[in-house]
Order: sequence, then structure tokens, then C-alpha cells
Amino acid sequence: MTKEYKTIKTELRLPYELAYGATWTRFFEGMQEKKIYGTKCPKCGKVLVPARSFCPKCFVDTDKWVEVSQEGKLTAWSYTNYRYFGQPVDPPFIGALIRLDGTDVDLLHLVGGIDLKNFDEVKRTIKNGMKVKAVWSDERKGHILDIRYFEPV
Amino acid sequence: MARPVGIIGTGQTKHGKRMDVCYPELVREAVMTVFAETGIDPGDIDGVVSGTMPSMMEGIALTHFYFADAMQASGKQILKTETCGSTGVSIAHTAYYWVASGMADLVLAVGHEKMNEGDSQATMTTVAEPFYQRFFIAGAPGVFSMQSQMWTDRYGIPEDKLRDAAAYISVTHHNSAFDNPYAHIKIRVTMDDVKNARIITYPVRLLDVCPNSDGACAVIFASDKMIRKLGKKAAWVKGVGYSGEEYYFGDSDKAVWQAAIQAAKQAYKQAGIRNPRKELDVAEVYNPFTYQEMLFYECFGFCDFGQAPDLVLKGTFGRKGELPCDPSGGTLCTNPIGATGLIRTAEAALQVMGKAGDHQVPGAKLALAHAMGGVDQFNGIIILGSEK
Repeated sequence: MTKEYKTIKTELRLPYELAYGATWTRFFEGMQEKKIYGTKCPKCGKVLVPARSFCPKCFVDTDKWVEVSQEGKLTAWSYTNYRYFGQPVDPPFIGALIRLDGTDVDLLHLVGGIDLKNFDEVKRTIKNGMKVKAVWSDERKGHILDIRYFEPV
Repeated sequence: MARPVGIIGTGQTKHGKRMDVCYPELVREAVMTVFAETGIDPGDIDGVVSGTMPSMMEGIALTHFYFADAMQASGKQILKTETCGSTGVSIAHTAYYWVASGMADLVLAVGHEKMNEGDSQATMTTVAEPFYQRFFIAGAPGVFSMQSQMWTDRYGIPEDKLRDAAAYISVTHHNSAFDNPYAHIKIRVTMDDVKNARIITYPVRLLDVCPNSDGACAVIFASDKMIRKLGKKAAWVKGVGYSGEEYYFGDSDKAVWQAAIQAAKQAYKQAGIRNPRKELDVAEVYNPFTYQEMLFYECFGFCDFGQAPDLVLKGTFGRKGELPCDPSGGTLCTNPIGATGLIRTAEAALQVMGKAGDHQVPGAKLALAHAMGGVDQFNGIIILGSEK
């Protein structure tokens, strides 16, 4: 028989207060008003969403705010059906990359508004390239989950 | 110009759920193995490189200090390299650069993780920032499955073929693990078992995904001069590549993954490789997910984009195929993350030194090892050869 060795149960809980900075503050204030903001790179012209203070490709400051569409097309998705400690969204859920109309990068968020418990139904319904639109929460706190999910149009 | 550098020995722990040892003892097991294997006096080591995926995997910060004794590093220069999933290959790169620069003749590289002691997916989710993306990436499987789904759709690969190819890879690697004395998961699975396993993150099912492993790996890098002095056989470093892209998942294309393509290109250029499928004898591709493994074959130029499933089903990358991939059973069967890329490197070294035992690819002279990390962000490659 294999010997059982002792273990110690321990836990780390550390408080943090992370700064949004001016750009992300403005983005999340927009979310509270049901608006999605991006910023435009003066060099490559790409509209970045969520808004960034500088372009991750050209490394120059972005100089223009753009309110972007709340509709877009699904680029890719995955159906998450497992659980880990502290998971902020209960499974099953669909994580998805969404290209909002008029933007040049994909926004990572959720696809919902369908019966997620039924995977066959999910597979029949969810297709890359399909149109989706933002569904807002009634209580908005200036948080990425102020958008509850994107639902098929 | 860089001096020639070779690997003269490797040490691995028996990987698995290792509650029989505390973490420093696990590290010591790998370190003592490489010293025994090479006969190197630990006092002759000039420097030590250590790395984990994030230290927070086991809840202890700066583990290279915690393991200083186990790595016999006191009184020596010590570096830590931490690049998420690609940590193991980055440790190898760090050791290589150190010796190649002429600043050291013998460097000990050690990778380690004890995945069973924490919650691996909760830990990995903290790689994503908590403003925009942490809520949606679902640990490692979520984001890498989305990448695979994007790739499948891009090339219009029929679902039946895709599932067959993924199952073929899973069956092949699970069988190979029986030939590797260090591998963690040793189970016989059938194509149907894989295809019908529970969905974890669609399209990935339970037998398409790697385990949580406890394990460590130690590798000694030596200068040309030292290798001659010791009269040892070596696995020579022929090329290294490392490349990444923007932080945010969604900012860059993941189906034709430039981070992987560029890392391979850099390494091939240094190694003088033009046709990798023909010139490489074996590859240890970092493959925590069957579907993603196929994407890597394409990014590394083993075949054209969209072609991998067909070649997989023909056996091209199987044990007796044109380019055997992961004859060790790979990451799919053993994944102590901070060690994993160094295990890929060690396995590639064993192959070109003819020391891979029951999973030796006969006559292997040129091998590729790989690891990737971040929220689908960075890739690292190292190419090893039997000749300087």
C-alpha cells in the first residue's frame, strides 16, 4: 500500500486596487451609458476596442475617440464546460471573439441569449461570421460585464 | 559571434501526482539525476537558470530562492526566467545565451512545477488582466480552444475529419507514453474514447487535453571547449527562435499564428533548415491540446495550412512517419508547465544523442523542441543536432 504523506492547507488572499488610468476610465464611463468606445491610431488608422491610449502595433499615442457599433460578427468561439476556483462566469458559457462593425480588432466577450445547457442546440445556432449584438445589464457599474453578452441578431 | 554550445546531459523526475515529495525535493530529484548522469561535479557549474510558469502556481513567490539549495546554487550566479507556458524553452535559451556569450562554460538549467498543489486554471487565468479579458478566457483550455475553432473554420476542415485526426493524435501519444519511463498519464485509449469524451472547452474534449503534472527537469549546457575537455557526446544547439505578438487576445490572428511562424523561421535560419519536414528527424512540439498540435505543424512549415488533419491521418507525424512528433507522448501526457518546455528540449537532446530508449527515433540527428505561452502570445523553439 502506498503511504499517505501529510499536506498543509494554505491560502493566499491579497487585496489590490488597480488604476484604470484616463483612457480606460473613459471607456468604462461609456459602458455605464451603454456606449462602446474605441480609439483610433493616427499611424495605421486602426480602430481599437476596448479603447487604448497607444497603438499596440505602431507604439504611438492614439488621438481620436470613436463610439463604435454595438453589433458585429463572430470571429471564433469556444464552449466552456468546466469549472475552476473563483471562476467569475458560471459554466457552461461561450467565450467569443467579436469584430464590432467599423473596428479593426476582435473584442473578447460572451455569446448568450440561447439555451447554453443544450450543446447540440448551441452547435446548430452558433456559427463564425454570424451577426451578434450587445445585450446590456440593467444595473451598470462601469465594468466589462455591463454588457451581459452578445446575442445572435 | 556566438560560441558553439551543447547539452551534455538531462535529468527528469518521474512526473505525475507527486505528493510523496515536497517541492524542493522534487527539484532535487531532477538535479541529482543530471549530475549522476553526466558525472559533473556540482562545484564546477558556473551558473544556474531556474523557472516556473508563474510562481503563484504553488503560492510561493520567487521559487528560485526556495530551490537554491535543491539546485546546489548557493555561491553561484542564479537567474530566473519566467515566460508562462514557454518558460521551459526560455530557460534553455537563457542557459544557451549564457554559455554562447563566453561568460560561462557550464550552466545548469532547471524547470519545475507542482501543478497538483494549487488550482492550475485559476492561476493561469490571472495571466489575463482583470479589466477586460480575465472573465472570458477560461484558463488555458478556453483560449486555445477558441484558437483551434478559428483555425478549423478558416480552412473549412470538416468536423468528422478533424475529430478523427485529433483522436488519432491522442491515441498515438497515449500509446507512446508507455515507452517513456518519466511520462505521467499511462492509459490505453481508443479513437472512440477520445471522440466521445466529455467536452471541456469545445472543440476540446477530456482526452484532447493535457493533465496537471508535478515534475522537474534539469539540463546541463556546456561550451565547446568544456565538451572537448570532458570528452563527452553532446546535443548541439543549432538554432533558437522566440517571437510574440500583442498582449490582447483579439488583436492578432491566431489561425495563421505569426508568433509560432516567426519563432520557427528564426531557428530554421540559424540552423540552415529549408525544408523542416524533410530535414528534421523528430519534433517535440508543445501539445497540451490535440487540435492546437495540428496548427503548430502548419505554422512550423511541416505542411501547408489546412493540410495537417489529412497528414495526421496518413501517419506522417506518427512514430514511424516521415516526421515523428512527440514520441515521448508529449505535453498531452505530461505537463508540469514550468518544466514542460525544458522536457521538450531534454527529449530532443536524448533523441539526437541516441539515448531515448524505447521511444528513440532510429538514427535521429536533427530535432526541434518547442513551447508556447501567455494568452496565446509567445512561442519559443530550440533546434538540436548530433553534429556541431
